[in-house]
Amino acid sequence: MLTDITLGQYYPGKSVIHRLDPRTKILGALVYIVAVFLAAEPVSYIAATSFLFLVIAFSGLPFLLVFKSIKPLWVIILLTMSIHLFTGQGEVIWTWQFLSVTREGLALGIKMSLRLVLLLMISSVLTFTTSPIVLTDGIEALLKPFKRFGVPAHELAMMMTIALRFIPTLLEETDRIMKAQTARGADFASGNLLKRAQNLLPILVPLFISAFRRADELATAMEARCYRGGEGRTRMHELSYRWQDGAAGAAVASLMAVIAFLKWGAAV
Amino acid sequence: MSIKIDNVSYTYMKKTPYERTALNEVSLTIEKGEYVAVIGHTGSGKSTLMQHFNGLLNPDSGSVRVDGIDINAKGEQAKSARGRVGMVFQYPEHQIFAETVYEDIAFGPRNKGFSEEEAEKQVRAAMKFVGLDYESYAKRSPFQLSGGQMRRVAIAGVVAMAPDYLILDEPSAGLDPSSRDSIFQEISRVYKKREIAVILVTHSMEEAAQYADRLLVLAKGKIAVDGKTHEVFKSQRDMLKSVGVDVPQTVKLADVLREQGLAIEADVIKPSELVRQIIKAKGWR
Repeated sequence: MLTDITLGQYYPGKSVIHRLDPRTKILGALVYIVAVFLAAEPVSYIAATSFLFLVIAFSGLPFLLVFKSIKPLWVIILLTMSIHLFTGQGEVIWTWQFLSVTREGLALGIKMSLRLVLLLMISSVLTFTTSPIVLTDGIEALLKPFKRFGVPAHELAMMMTIALRFIPTLLEETDRIMKAQTARGADFASGNLLKRAQNLLPILVPLFISAFRRADELATAMEARCYRGGEGRTRMHELSYRWQDGAAGAAVASLMAVIAFLKWGAAV
Repeated sequence: MSIKIDNVSYTYMKKTPYERTALNEVSLTIEKGEYVAVIGHTGSGKSTLMQHFNGLLNPDSGSVRVDGIDINAKGEQAKSARGRVGMVFQYPEHQIFAETVYEDIAFGPRNKGFSEEEAEKQVRAAMKFVGLDYESYAKRSPFQLSGGQMRRVAIAGVVAMAPDYLILDEPSAGLDPSSRDSIFQEISRVYKKREIAVILVTHSMEEAAQYADRLLVLAKGKIAVDGKTHEVFKSQRDMLKSVGVDVPQTVKLADVLREQGLAIEADVIKPSELVRQIIKAKGWR
């Protein structure tokens, strides 16, 4: 049932992309997203899309798996597409009653939805190829410079690690409680909205109780092992850049440069 | 009147790197009135098999029939067939949600469409079965009870649905010995009084030997051994060892006594039987 959800799930592998330093991947994904939002020319979109395909090819992920990550947002993508499609100003190419599609609207719609698709897919490549623990390590390392401005880098990273760690556990727990209540004849799929909300109580109450119990147990376990925050804490796996990270960085930087040049450079 | 499982296979997380086959073409029949223990190593497919008995999992292939009705079909008939199979999960106290003990136990019977009077009758009977006094516990919050008492409430919640087949997934895990004994006595009482089928999943060979007439041993998603409890513990010991399960302490003790020259018969599995054999061999009484 619920355990089949793939959103943000690690897909184990040994590819070049998997073994990149998490900092490279996080920054790379950020730069890529900025680049996609800067892209204006059709050529830029072709470049960005081919770059994504190249990354997927290098990562060894099944393409369909990555593509499926747009599933939770396909309604929004469709909405974006249709709003731009029917509200664009310019040369009319198709009309039906009060609806009219313009060339400019069509182009903008495609661009906007393609942006969303690329954004979702690059983010899921990041989470598919980076285990949650490594990912938070990377975030902590990237946030460290902001410590002097009062950003609690370690605490934030620890909170994220714990939250990520417990998502599958809580999903499993939900699955189990749902099954137990289904076995007692509970029905979650019928009735009006109010009735359905009420029907969720037999799941939510036990789930909250178990979440609090787990939080309590975890806190005790951390105290018992003398956890007292990030001050002076060393780590077992130190992050370090390798030449592959340099290559990956250069690749993203050149994509950014091409797109920036197409946007501003051509006009100069 | 039986649960009939025919050629059932089930795979978790299909088409992902986590893919795992939990059941591989399993077939078996459990008749009403049987007391079956299901044993097997962790990950042998016990829990997966249990969840097929009342349609919580749909088999990838094969069929599950309760009293001749395919429970994975759609419609009222299949739903009522699923309702005949009661399931007590591991740590069932974790599924308690209602404000009072009464409300929690009445949840199942109400869902089954019992009237309020019938439901109350069922709750009273179920609480009596699990040894909780109606007058003093019905109106209390289940969350203020002890672990053992909460488990009784949870078991009562399933018993109150009056199932014809009662599945228990390690009902004694994490309980102290006296709660464990009383829960098993209560289960045996329900079993005898209502002539239902009891399917007990357990890691304890002693529990299996003590209560079950039939033993199902699962290994790697298949049924490795299926037979009378006495027979299995007597003649399939190598097989049991090869799939990572053991024989009860009583059987081992009988071995030692036999080595020491005492004439103990081979099919002794319960403590009471062993005592009888020792008395006989020594010529006491």
